Amino acid sequence: MDLLIAVTLFVLAVFLGVELITKVPPTLHTPLMSGSNAISGITIVGALVAAGADHRTFTTVLGFAAVTLAMINVVGGFMVTHRMLHMFRPKRRREAASDESGGG
Amino acid sequence: MMDDWTTLGYLVSAILFILGLKRLSRPRTAVRGNQFGAAGMLIAVVVTLADNAILSFEWIIAGLVLGTAIGAILAVRVRMTAMPELVALFNGFGGGASVLVAAASFSEAGDLGTDTTRMSAAAALASLIGAVTFTGSLIAFGKLRESLRWSGFAGMRVVSVTGAAAAVVFATLMVIDAQNPLWLWLLVAVGAVLGVLVVSPIGGADMPVVIALLNSLSGLAAVAAGFVLDNSLLIIAGSLVGASGLILTQIMCVAMNRSLPAVMFSPAPSGADGPSADDVYAGKVRSTSPDDVAMLLESAERVAIVPGYGLAVAQAQHAVRDLARRLEERGADVVFGIHPVAGRMPGHMNVLLAEAEISYERLVEMDDINPTFEQTDVTIVIGANDVVNPVARTDPSSPIAGMPILDVDKSNVVVVIKRSLSPGFAGIPNPLFAGENSLMLYGDGREAVVEITKALQQI
Repeated sequence: MDLLIAVTLFVLAVFLGVELITKVPPTLHTPLMSGSNAISGITIVGALVAAGADHRTFTTVLGFAAVTLAMINVVGGFMVTHRMLHMFRPKRRREAASDESGGG
Repeated sequence: MMDDWTTLGYLVSAILFILGLKRLSRPRTAVRGNQFGAAGMLIAVVVTLADNAILSFEWIIAGLVLGTAIGAILAVRVRMTAMPELVALFNGFGGGASVLVAAASFSEAGDLGTDTTRMSAAAALASLIGAVTFTGSLIAFGKLRESLRWSGFAGMRVVSVTGAAAAVVFATLMVIDAQNPLWLWLLVAVGAVLGVLVVSPIGGADMPVVIALLNSLSGLAAVAAGFVLDNSLLIIAGSLVGASGLILTQIMCVAMNRSLPAVMFSPAPSGADGPSADDVYAGKVRSTSPDDVAMLLESAERVAIVPGYGLAVAQAQHAVRDLARRLEERGADVVFGIHPVAGRMPGHMNVLLAEAEISYERLVEMDDINPTFEQTDVTIVIGANDVVNPVARTDPSSPIAGMPILDVDKSNVVVVIKRSLSPGFAGIPNPLFAGENSLMLYGDGREAVVEITKALQQI
């Protein structure tokens, strides 16, 4: 990818991020933070390549550690956000939802 | 190196991240937003695994299984009061992963002799930002758990500045002498030390700012890793997170009336010069009992409850819910006044009260509740201090001068539930406690609220 195109992507995405987040109500600050934190685990993509591209053993081990850390970030982040958001739902809907999922 | 299909798959997941973040910022759509984000991540992982660059899967599967297990266990087990430290921990792992990704691709590229200035510079940024995020988040984790009380040593700033200079030198050497992986590891080491040094002195009420900032940094580390790998998705997703973290950081700073540099580089404000606690409190503080508070509440038509971090420490959210329900059954109007920096991370109080099944429509933001305190019969403050200190409005020389506060002193009666008259994070006495319309109820937040509820039942 051309460097200028990469920089363009970066700058546009920052502006987009600012526009997306500006009006978030305080109620959602914590879930938004943990949800966006899970998205920052996107580095998992790079970790997969490092661990699986048949490099030297040292690189593969680094890749394995990166996959593990990124995956904790991704899975833990999305799950914990889901748990929090679940609590924000009105009670009746929440009970209906847990009935659907077999009481979970 | 990447197929067109992979690039298109990344586009789909970038769109899902954007839609997900948009939905995450509205209460009605937030659950769906989080699912969009998770779907985007799943697509990104599947598309990458299907790409030709992946040749062997043993280590990948091991890492995926191990990471998923650890992440899931932590997420399911955490208590809602411990949420801030878990988010800090996850954040640190994300930063750590970016360091390892940058290190892995940098050392491979060095072997192949494909060093370019651009890649080395990006790898330097990724390792530095990632390492700061990693250790900084671990320190924040320790501080939020209150298992770490260390706040640095004398002359620490000199060490920090030296470290920052060393980081610039190592980063430059990485670009000039890209065949030598030593510079990268030295840079990672310096970054790790800097993360510890920068976050250690910060504590107490400034914690929400730090968490938001580290969140932003973990996104920027992913961006830098994206420049190393020439990967559009890492750049886009990382930038979105970086921007949202910065916005949250700014919101937190505004709520505390502190600038970001002040939070980062100046010690916590101290109230040493102001009036002493004895001057403020002597002979003026009136204490009360749960029974008396119940009598007051019995005739109250409008009650405001203002929670602070003390509510989280005392695990009082369910007791408070019971009290609010009891009051509503008696026909009173009950609202919760939430200060933006109450608690240890942005929105912490909202999460705790939601856990106790208090509808978010009852949680009123500072700007909306402040004009209504004058019509409020009884305001109950639980474990909050600086955010209800009227000195912020009245004394321009105070360390918290100008900080937006909840004007609880304007209500008819203020009941403050607190263990003692000890100062809050700002270290200054609070004239609210000695106010003519104030009553102190000393004790543990949860026990006190339970006692009040019991007494109310007996009336």
